[in-house]
Amino acid sequence: MNGRRLVWRIARLVEIRDETPSARTLVLQIPGWPGHLAGQHVDVRLTAEDGYSTQRSYSIAAPADGERVELTVQQVPDGEVSPYLTEELTVGDEVEIRGPVGGWFVWRPTGTAPVLLVAGGSGIVPLMAMIRARRQAGSRTPFRLIYSLREPGERYYAEELRLPHPGLDVTYLYTRVVPDGWARQAGRLTIADMNTGGWPAEFGPECFVCGPTGFVETASDILLAMGHDARAIKTERFGPTGG
Amino acid sequence: MGFVSRGFRGRPRDEGVKLPPGQYLVHDFPVLSAGPTPRVPLDRWEFAIDTEDGRTHRWSWQELMALPSETPTVDLHCVTKWSKLGTDWKGVSLDTLFADVESSAEYALVYSYGGYTTNLPVEDLLDGKAWIVYQFDGEELAAAHGGPARLLVPHLYLWKSAKWVQGIRLMNEDWPGFWETAGYHNYGDPWREQRYQGD
Repeated sequence: MNGRRLVWRIARLVEIRDETPSARTLVLQIPGWPGHLAGQHVDVRLTAEDGYSTQRSYSIAAPADGERVELTVQQVPDGEVSPYLTEELTVGDEVEIRGPVGGWFVWRPTGTAPVLLVAGGSGIVPLMAMIRARRQAGSRTPFRLIYSLREPGERYYAEELRLPHPGLDVTYLYTRVVPDGWARQAGRLTIADMNTGGWPAEFGPECFVCGPTGFVETASDILLAMGHDARAIKTERFGPTGG
Repeated sequence: MGFVSRGFRGRPRDEGVKLPPGQYLVHDFPVLSAGPTPRVPLDRWEFAIDTEDGRTHRWSWQELMALPSETPTVDLHCVTKWSKLGTDWKGVSLDTLFADVESSAEYALVYSYGGYTTNLPVEDLLDGKAWIVYQFDGEELAAAHGGPARLLVPHLYLWKSAKWVQGIRLMNEDWPGFWETAGYHNYGDPWREQRYQGD
């Protein structure tokens, strides 16, 4: 972050895209935005008329594009901030944002090591920013994505991930409900899934794991058991709380 | 009156609870860490304090257990915005561990199994402000929460309370740790909302 101070900026919502019935992508226009790396997040601050204010962190879903910043927000039942962002906020409204935050869980297009992305549920968001950054930069770094979610209806970015991306392999794992004719039974991530959909440890991949705590613990333990270097496994966890 | 978010009301205010600015209350215990959870067997576990002139004081797990323990009840404030109040811990005060350590160093770099580091002034570790804890809520500390033992420095943001603590290096110069190098605040006082560099 180069010692730069993170200031609060006013962001204007310019576009909304529904990803699922309970998650939407907010495209924000933020004058003065300094740019960001794929994998970073922002802090969002809401302030009520009586001066009460509260903050949450959200991952950025797309690489830097001038003053445009995309967030995908999953509505948390009984949440305080996410229902406002997913239901109340409309195009033309403003929110306060500061960032980018986080210089560790990031992928740079200059990277040449193969990349393994392991997403649990809404943990796909910062990983999608990496996939989009790879495409934006014309990078040929081989990517593999393992995306675990309860059922097909919860997929984010479904249309975009259906398009062919040369050099990107996508594996979906469903834990509760599978599509008709799906070969793999519904179930949680296993070492067999990681063997099939991931990279061998000898390839020395950079691994990014993002999702709920239990998922991240399981996925990173599997990667360690497969012989991946602990220093090459970067994790980001979403607690069940917040929103 | 500055910026107002149109139509935002927020949760009912609990006037009885005072939280640091920008924090919200949780009742579970979220986990945050940058990499895989290291597992440290107790027979190989060791805690060390390294002084600025190269001497090292070491404690095995048995030696740590043999020291007088305390049971602090403290509030936790994570830089990711959640606060958890009234958490119960058991562990050894850093005052006890520093009793025989001769040092005039002003800075500490805490290091952990798995490679994590964080820095803070030595005075923030002393005078009943910090512990090496090994129990949470009456149970052995789970690995995901930093077990077998972690540092607990509750008056600073929780990233300073290094999980899987392995030792403390005392130094005459301040040396930024893992998150401090990645743009987070060098000191991290939640009541002054020192989240990031420059706050």
